[in-house]
Amino acid sequence: MKVYVGIDLGSTTTKAVMIDEGEQVLGRGITNSRSNYELAAAIARDEARVSARFTLLERELGEAPELARFRTRLAKAFRKQQSLTQLAAFRDLALEEAGADRVAAIRAPLTAAVRRVLDGMKERVEKPSLLEGGAPAKTSDFFRDRAAADYAKLAEQIQDRTVRFDDLMGIFDKAILRVENTELDLSFAGNVGAAIEEATRGLDPSVGERGRGAVLRVAEIPLDVGCVIGTGYGRQTLPFPREDIRSEILCHGLGAHHQFPLTRTVLDIGGQDTKAIQVDGDGVVTSFQMNDRCAAGCGRYLGYIADEMSLGVHELGPIALESTRTVKINSTCTVFAGAELRDHLSNGQRREDILAGLHRAIILRAMALLARSGGVEEELTFTGGVANNPAAVEALRALVRENYGERTLNISPGSIYTGALGAALFGRRGLEARELAA
Amino acid sequence: MHTADAPDPTSGALGPILARADALYHDLTLSAVREHKEAHGAKAIGCLPIWAPRELVDAAGMLPVGLHGAGDRVEVIRGDAYFQSYICQIPRSTIEVALTGRYDLLDGFLFPAICDVIRNLSGMWKILFPGKLSRYVDVPQNFDPAVGGAFFARELRALAEDLSALSGRPVTDEALHASIARYDENRRAIGELMALRERAPHKATASESYLVIRAGDVLPVEEHTAFVRAYVAAAEASDRKPRDHTRVVVTGAFCEQPPLGLIRTLERAGTYIVWDDMTLGARWPEGDVEGEDPDPFVALARAYIARSPATASRYEPSGEKGVPLARLTHKSRAEGVIFAAPSFCDPALLDQPMLTGALDREGVPWTAFKYAENLGQFQVIREQAGTFADSIRLWSDR
Amino acid sequence: MTSEADAIQKEPSMLVQKAMIAEHYEKLAHAKELGKKVVYTFVPGNLTELMNAFDVLPVYPEINALSSAMRQKAGRYIAEAERLGHSEDVCTYVKCDIGMKRQGNVGPTGQPLPPPDLLLLSYTGCFTFMKWFELLREEYGCPVVMLHTPYQGDGEITDNMRRYVVEQLEREVIPAFERLTGTRYDEDRLKAAMAKSAQAEDDMVAVLESAKHRPSPIDAYFGGVYYIGPMFTAFRGTAGAAEYYAQLRREVGGRVASGEGPITPEGPMGEQRYRLVVEGPPNWTNFRELWRMFHEEGAVVVASSYTKVGGFYDQGFRHDASRPLESLADYCMGCYTNRSLPQRLDLLERYVRDYEADGLLINSVKSCNSFSAGQLLLLREIEKRTGRPAGFIETDLVDRRYFSAANVKNRIESYLQMIGEKRRSRGARGARGEEVRP
Repeated sequence: MKVYVGIDLGSTTTKAVMIDEGEQVLGRGITNSRSNYELAAAIARDEARVSARFTLLERELGEAPELARFRTRLAKAFRKQQSLTQLAAFRDLALEEAGADRVAAIRAPLTAAVRRVLDGMKERVEKPSLLEGGAPAKTSDFFRDRAAADYAKLAEQIQDRTVRFDDLMGIFDKAILRVENTELDLSFAGNVGAAIEEATRGLDPSVGERGRGAVLRVAEIPLDVGCVIGTGYGRQTLPFPREDIRSEILCHGLGAHHQFPLTRTVLDIGGQDTKAIQVDGDGVVTSFQMNDRCAAGCGRYLGYIADEMSLGVHELGPIALESTRTVKINSTCTVFAGAELRDHLSNGQRREDILAGLHRAIILRAMALLARSGGVEEELTFTGGVANNPAAVEALRALVRENYGERTLNISPGSIYTGALGAALFGRRGLEARELAA
Repeated sequence: MHTADAPDPTSGALGPILARADALYHDLTLSAVREHKEAHGAKAIGCLPIWAPRELVDAAGMLPVGLHGAGDRVEVIRGDAYFQSYICQIPRSTIEVALTGRYDLLDGFLFPAICDVIRNLSGMWKILFPGKLSRYVDVPQNFDPAVGGAFFARELRALAEDLSALSGRPVTDEALHASIARYDENRRAIGELMALRERAPHKATASESYLVIRAGDVLPVEEHTAFVRAYVAAAEASDRKPRDHTRVVVTGAFCEQPPLGLIRTLERAGTYIVWDDMTLGARWPEGDVEGEDPDPFVALARAYIARSPATASRYEPSGEKGVPLARLTHKSRAEGVIFAAPSFCDPALLDQPMLTGALDREGVPWTAFKYAENLGQFQVIREQAGTFADSIRLWSDR
Repeated sequence: MTSEADAIQKEPSMLVQKAMIAEHYEKLAHAKELGKKVVYTFVPGNLTELMNAFDVLPVYPEINALSSAMRQKAGRYIAEAERLGHSEDVCTYVKCDIGMKRQGNVGPTGQPLPPPDLLLLSYTGCFTFMKWFELLREEYGCPVVMLHTPYQGDGEITDNMRRYVVEQLEREVIPAFERLTGTRYDEDRLKAAMAKSAQAEDDMVAVLESAKHRPSPIDAYFGGVYYIGPMFTAFRGTAGAAEYYAQLRREVGGRVASGEGPITPEGPMGEQRYRLVVEGPPNWTNFRELWRMFHEEGAVVVASSYTKVGGFYDQGFRHDASRPLESLADYCMGCYTNRSLPQRLDLLERYVRDYEADGLLINSVKSCNSFSAGQLLLLREIEKRTGRPAGFIETDLVDRRYFSAANVKNRIESYLQMIGEKRRSRGARGARGEEVRP
């Protein structure tokens, strides 16, 4: 089948979306952007390809509950298999680093300690609880994050006077950087075999057989990529011809329109920039505005605030929602953020009230960009990392109501993929146009 | 918030005066103007900083209304949509207030020549509010009475015609003479207030004086004159005790105004602000207009040419930049100068190195910071001003 | 003029200009030996014919600042001025000039510039000019003569305004020149120069208006900067300038005949996919890089407001020898930044229509409030009036700290791709038989 891929190379993450001929989303992938953009794009794309196979499998298996259960088990087993592949690569590199001259003085004990940590990590991955049982713990999608958490926890237990915690983490830092820059076989074909064995274990054999048959049929479907379109800040570095690169403004507009066809305005607040976009009934951008050189009022500002308060950035929104009396904050200047915050705290203001004020201040900046781009006349779609922050969403809802009246505010759970989706759509439509022309 | 450092504003006769001044300052809906319009069936004309020929507006039977931005009293959204981040705050809040209908009761607007931002705002106004009179008032930068003065007198006549057309009342020489007399009286009253500040700054504090002078933004001139004199009398009669504060001059704040909290912060930091340029337009020109010339238009123009205060938006033909500031500092017995300029204010900030140079030559200590009218935190400024005031007290020979 | 400019200068007219400029700086370097008086003055509203009639040599600090930026020296000069107490917030032309003076006052050709014998403060369309020469007066301790040019606040030049300027010329400026040079004002010399100006002005207008052709034979912004050079500076009213513009007009005429586009630093321009009107001064620190961003996307500038800052000729004004002082007054008051916002709006609208542009792109420079304050309203109004999209980039004149290449490129690409998508979408709707808005 013919598929189209959009890749959004953002400043912090790289996203890929694969769609089919009918513009349905088949698969999505995400990874950290790294110095090697090409590799990040490849990893995200491969992940989207794997995720597409699972979507196809879902279509193949249908709604029957026992088959759905098989699919869930298979997905978990598949992820475990991928993790083991990643872990094996990480293991080789970590042991290599432990043997390096740099740490020659403690080579033997260090190697032994690293080995113990690695064994512990493997054990955690292989734990059967991954396959069955209640709600899985909320873990990151990134191997780096999961590995870092496990490694650090184990390293803390294993450290001693000869091999200190810092020695162990030094090995981690070196090895994880290398493993992230190694292309591993995380493909469907390469990992699904072992996953089937594990997923069918203990299942009714007839269900197992039907499942296995479906997997084999899905694995056979050719995913013929008609077009790959790149977008995002790193798009210039993508190894694509010029005509296959689109600005993320256009991609965000089209992607949001595809998710919510009545959208006429898109607000995207990312780490470093804020964009206000107006689109027409076809999702074509008619005007846009971005913040200037100053990053005030972007996601990064929340990062500074979180650091200043020793909180995780994801904790800010929920705390702010507890506010009963919003403090007025005038400056969203990242430079002054700390001083103003301390000023308010020392005046005895409550943390949640200050945070509510900060969220409102950020959205005020966005409101000015929205006004610049043409206002909010119909449905508004909010995308980007800050769209996951409930206090930001509430502030936006309130300010839009105050300034424009009641408006539908759309937020997609997959809002982070909006740009990549738009790029994939450009791919499909562009190819169609080219074929029509020919 | 009241602290031990600030005089008790509610004591004696001062209480009601200051309460009124405070209410007028905080009322962005301009209800005093609305009441005046309803009572007199008059029109009202908004005047931006620094100096506008309010006498002409008054003589045409209309109420001049001083517009000084909205300080920290509005959330700016629409205003920000029109200005890049490197432009000062006052045009943003002015547009915000206008677009939210709070200037609908004003029938016209005067934009005096002060800088490129306010100049361009006059054109934006013509585009955004095509139904309203909006006039750029180009003031002369040539100070030869026969050239710049004559040009300005003719400009004032043309402006008077536009104002008359709007109000339906011609600006006769008699009417203009009468208006000039009213404004001369007002400037004398403000002069008395400034003299009291200089003589007894513990009695007439800078933040109170500021509010009292700012009341002139919305009150008819004669009412304001009486209001100022009532404050002067009450302040003089108060039993406020002097403190060991440092006498300073504050300069650079002639257009976009510092928030009230900032003025109070400077006072709490241990300064007596014995002179400032925050309400410079109300004290412009220095001395009476009447008597300059039998022709009242020429009198206004000549007074402007001959007796305008030195400020950044006015060209200094003498070449003695900073000398008037140094002279003023000595005359008011100030011990130091605080340069408080709005962020991105090209005139004030470009002036500063020349002014500080002159102060250095005279051995006058100074310090400098920037603000915006909606500044929310004063901690850093408080520390800076406090250190400045302390260091003067510690190192001076007094 | 600069090494970067050397690479651009390929046509004979460019060589003529280069020789003129070199000769002028040579004269400046030897002003003392030649017994010539030196007058510093500004480009907008410059009284070149009058200065030539008194045989004084003009120096334009703005030109020094921009050429310092093109030679990548501005950063050092600005730092020097900030060290002297100038705020980061203020005009970088001023700071660059003051820093340059403090570091030896070396001009674009590497020779030191002579100090001024007189500062002619022709205060046209910019309040900062006034501060600038007050500052230079302190630097040099020389006399200043002020020519206050009233602003066209109500969109017209009144008799009172004209009379004021003429009286200042008669009573202030001309006597100041007479005192400076010890020679009497010779109106015939002035008239002769003004007649030559008018001739060159005709040719320059023809060159600027050649951009109405498709393809446009010129770039009216990046290329335009070179075309306005002699006219806006020391050479207007000279035989050299007349020769230059005649030559330039022939060259451009040749390109029109052969259907060629402009020659850019990257070579001849290929397909002209987008025709733009540009508002705002260029960025000088990254001049060539910015031009390349346009060139790479196939964007040609067909009209610009910047080429009207030192004189406004394409709407009919010519220096008129029959009423010399009145004509000089009209020239001063007619410069672009001395016009009201409504006038600027009308003009930009006319350019978008007359030059059949795809839209208006605004380069908003941090330093220049005279240009920048109100540009966002111009943007919105142009979209409303013409139905064509407006784009917005933010840079500075000569301060590199305000040029973010990634940000600028992103906006330009997004803007141009938006125009492209709109065009495609209109085409598709037209093909479907739907109504298409022009």
